[in-house]
Amino acid sequence: MTKQHANWSPYDNNGGTCVAIAGADYCVIAADTRMSTGYNILTRDYSKICKLADKCLMASSGFQADVRALQKQLSARHLIYQHQHNKQMSCPAMAQLLSNTLYYKRFFPYYAFNVLGGLDTEGKGCVYTYDAVGSYERVGYSAQGSGATLITPFLDNQLKSPSPLLLPAKDAVTPLTEDEAVDLVKVVFASATERDIYTVSSCVYRVL
Amino acid sequence: MSKLDFDVPAKGGFSFDLCKRNDMLMKKGVQPPSYRKTGTTIVGLIFQDGVILGADTRATEGPIVCDKNCEKIHYMAPNIYCCGAGTAADTEAVTDMVSSQLQLHRYHTGRESRVITALTLLKSHLFNYQGYVQAALVLGGVDVTGPHLHTIYPHGSTDTLPFATMGSGSLAAMAVFESKYHEGLTRDEGIKLVTEAICSGIFNDLGSGSNVDVCVITKGHKEYLRNHLLPNPRSYVSAKGFSFSKKTEVLLTKVTPLKEKVEIIQAGEAMEE
Repeated sequence: MTKQHANWSPYDNNGGTCVAIAGADYCVIAADTRMSTGYNILTRDYSKICKLADKCLMASSGFQADVRALQKQLSARHLIYQHQHNKQMSCPAMAQLLSNTLYYKRFFPYYAFNVLGGLDTEGKGCVYTYDAVGSYERVGYSAQGSGATLITPFLDNQLKSPSPLLLPAKDAVTPLTEDEAVDLVKVVFASATERDIYTVSSCVYRVL
Repeated sequence: MSKLDFDVPAKGGFSFDLCKRNDMLMKKGVQPPSYRKTGTTIVGLIFQDGVILGADTRATEGPIVCDKNCEKIHYMAPNIYCCGAGTAADTEAVTDMVSSQLQLHRYHTGRESRVITALTLLKSHLFNYQGYVQAALVLGGVDVTGPHLHTIYPHGSTDTLPFATMGSGSLAAMAVFESKYHEGLTRDEGIKLVTEAICSGIFNDLGSGSNVDVCVITKGHKEYLRNHLLPNPRSYVSAKGFSFSKKTEVLLTKVTPLKEKVEIIQAGEAMEE
């Protein structure tokens, strides 16, 4: 007997693209502002960036209902941390928390493709990139979402991040200045908009 | 003629021999190749002197834009144009084919082509292929009997309308038409309305985008306004440009000279009759 297929899916893809670039003492995080479903636009003015802690921002594309739930979960855990430890969570700590939260729902995942960006304990820029179930890696730059396949090769060419497996450990941050990085992000979104129907050129970016 | 020869291959049309193999491959997880569709907004309307057709210019391959400025208004006859939505290859092939047939018909009859001739040729072709040729068309033109506008669906059914829209952006465009269309539009009002409808599709439908093409057909005269409106310029151009310093490494260079060609020039030998 052939397996019955579900006539309903709990997930939907609201599209969008997120990008983050880490520098020596800054971090740029950007996400486009369109939320869509199928061929329709739900809203033109939606920010996919969330401030989780003082020095830590998260941008997520994918299914925005799951993204919202994830943001709520992380904010609540952060509040508990602040009460218990009397300080803000650092970016690497938040990165680990996000990974654990995602893996907790390994068998009914959050349909969220995240990029975490901020300043680490030494004040250097850091970017962590995730998949839907919590596998993460610290990198110098990252793109997630529908336009990621268009943006990542370009960033690879301009910024090439050294592999974290190299010894001695090379710096993951890019040598660009803050203004150059912001310029790069604007261009990257303009280009992705030309060719990806889910991405629009108006984007929100935050610099830490 | 009475005896069937089973060795004769099927004449024309589609061969469905590989369907079983494709099903088996799909079950194994192999993705079928995607084809280029024109997720589109195409419109047409009749105004006081003739017909105006409009179309966007984006062609998509799934979620990626593969052509930012393609032509969706196809030539059928000097007085007939056709907008096409659906699979790009299908719309091109079917409009080119009928355009050639119309030309031959013109030579045969010595008269200007009529819109209903094009309509009948298109609908019978599409019906023959039972909807497998995925072309949804808006056909418009002016002939001796007056201005005509028709829509043709992939399965071969047609409608005759004073204003029509097709494609993924058809709802957005039809919303504009239903609000603002009235009989007896002037040329400028008509062009403005068509542009508005296409823009509505461009901005509200993700399958449509880029620029607006307009075609105005009147008795004895036509105007093809390619890129009539460009509402989507590139949003941000970096002032300093980019340098692409990483080149592909050359590991090995090997030059193989081709055989030398030797030319023999003979002094004027006359060719034998």
